[in-house]
Amino acid sequence: MTQHVLDALPAGSPATVAPISPRRASNPLAKLLLTPSVAVLFLWMIVPLAMTLYFSFIRYNLLNPDQTGFVGLDNYRYLLEDPTFWPSIGHTLVLIGSVLAISVIGGTLVAVLFDQPFAGRGIARLLVIAPFFVMPTVSALIWKNMVLHPVYGLWAGIFRHLGLQPIDWLADYPMWSVIVMVAWQWLPFAFLILLTSLQSLDTEQKEAAQLDGAGPVRIFVYITLPHLSRAIAVVIMIETIFLLSIFAEIFTSTAGGPGTETTTLTWLIYSIGLQQFDIGIASAGGVIAVILANVVSFFLVRMLAKNLKGEYDK
Amino acid sequence: MNEKAPIWVGVLGWAVALVIFMPIFIIAITAFKTEQDAYSLTLFFTPTLQSFHEVFERSHYLSFVSNSVIVSFGSTFLSLAIAVPAAYSLAFFPGKRAQKTLLWMLSTKMMPAVGVLIPIYLLAKNAGLLDSVTGLVIIYTLINLPIAVWMAFTYFNEVPKEILEAARIDGASAWQEMLHLLLPTSLPGLASTALLLVILSWNEAFWSLNLSSSNAAPLTVFIASYSNPEGLFWAKLSAASLLAVAPILCLGWIAQKQLVRGMTFGAVK
Repeated sequence: MTQHVLDALPAGSPATVAPISPRRASNPLAKLLLTPSVAVLFLWMIVPLAMTLYFSFIRYNLLNPDQTGFVGLDNYRYLLEDPTFWPSIGHTLVLIGSVLAISVIGGTLVAVLFDQPFAGRGIARLLVIAPFFVMPTVSALIWKNMVLHPVYGLWAGIFRHLGLQPIDWLADYPMWSVIVMVAWQWLPFAFLILLTSLQSLDTEQKEAAQLDGAGPVRIFVYITLPHLSRAIAVVIMIETIFLLSIFAEIFTSTAGGPGTETTTLTWLIYSIGLQQFDIGIASAGGVIAVILANVVSFFLVRMLAKNLKGEYDK
Repeated sequence: MNEKAPIWVGVLGWAVALVIFMPIFIIAITAFKTEQDAYSLTLFFTPTLQSFHEVFERSHYLSFVSNSVIVSFGSTFLSLAIAVPAAYSLAFFPGKRAQKTLLWMLSTKMMPAVGVLIPIYLLAKNAGLLDSVTGLVIIYTLINLPIAVWMAFTYFNEVPKEILEAARIDGASAWQEMLHLLLPTSLPGLASTALLLVILSWNEAFWSLNLSSSNAAPLTVFIASYSNPEGLFWAKLSAASLLAVAPILCLGWIAQKQLVRGMTFGAVK
């Protein structure tokens, strides 16, 4: 996996190491200091992954410890034939895609807005980034009980005020409810990264374009957006990794339901492994999740690298 | 660019900020309501600390708080203890493989947690680390380690190389170099690394929900226990949530710059 990460790494990132005293490079002390980090990370990465792979080929159910043995691809076959499997992949992609779209587009717009000098901007900015620091279980409960609740929630109150019938969001639009609560946490993250990047854009370029008669839209498309593309790429990569394992929000708000409408791949693996205790099948799911993460990040990184190429050449 | 933006920009900016902040505002005021008032959206009520008292009396709230504190500070300390020497080595004795090593560390973050949920659960179970604070400290140390190495590395890398060269030519030992040069110049950076790690582990909820239930449960798990209908007391839930969120929110506000650097592995500063 390292190679495509390497390709994606922005030029001028800190990984471009400038050696000062090459003769000291093979210093045994340096090796000694580095070893613990590398060793524990190596174990952390290899051992569980190898175990997941191994379990995925054997019959292993904590409730039936007598049944053991190599089963080949049976666990995978069973999982792929499970009627909830393909929908769960779909739910996962919808969740990730929607949250990415909302947080990146929304985050960019809010960041551009907050790049303008207005009164009290510093304080308003603190309010915008706040949701990112709220623990996921708290945010799920706030949304479930106080914002989306069909009787006592904020939306129900607003709807009643307008003379409309309140909506039971979590029952009628469960996936959208989860998307909104997750996006509420990640839009501030995208906003913060993108605003930081915007503020490093030097204003001379913009002023020159303004003198040449370019309007705000053209300036945004031709100057601001290309400048932001690297930060956007970073945001998409980081959010994808975290969103693939979204768990606490679903655990606290919908528990995968109603029915299996918010059952993502993560939730499916959790329910097979830690609720039905079928280690073999859950591990097959784990292997698929790892493959999916690799496929997504591979294509994502390629796509982004293509878009970014022009920028690096300057 | 120095003139003030038109008035509508300010109005829009504040409107966006208030809408986004609204859910937090709601728990902040509900925490000071009585249980009866909690179910109405009214802003006019007599503030009371009753819910806070009950949270402390009824549940073992303090044990969840102490679990959160031990787990986040313990794992932060351990991560730094392992990461700082590694970052020092990578920044000041960069071998041919330094860059590859750093990128490989980053790539370990690309693995989805759910891919290793089952084996980690079983390993923890067999080692007696299920529902134990030690188990969570170990997990959090490992998941935060790459971020710690990267952040410490970027801060070390900012120490001007000329000064180091000069010190080495003057015959400073590695130890003197560390004590008189590196520590003073990079201490603020290391402090903010620690701050970010504390925030991340305080809010971590994938592993805490899966590996702890009662003994080792940090605040994330305690709050989730309110999600079953029989435990639904909004004012108390709000008070407990507010106490869990407020300190880390303040730290987050202080650490926003470091967060950008740490979460993007130095790609955006």
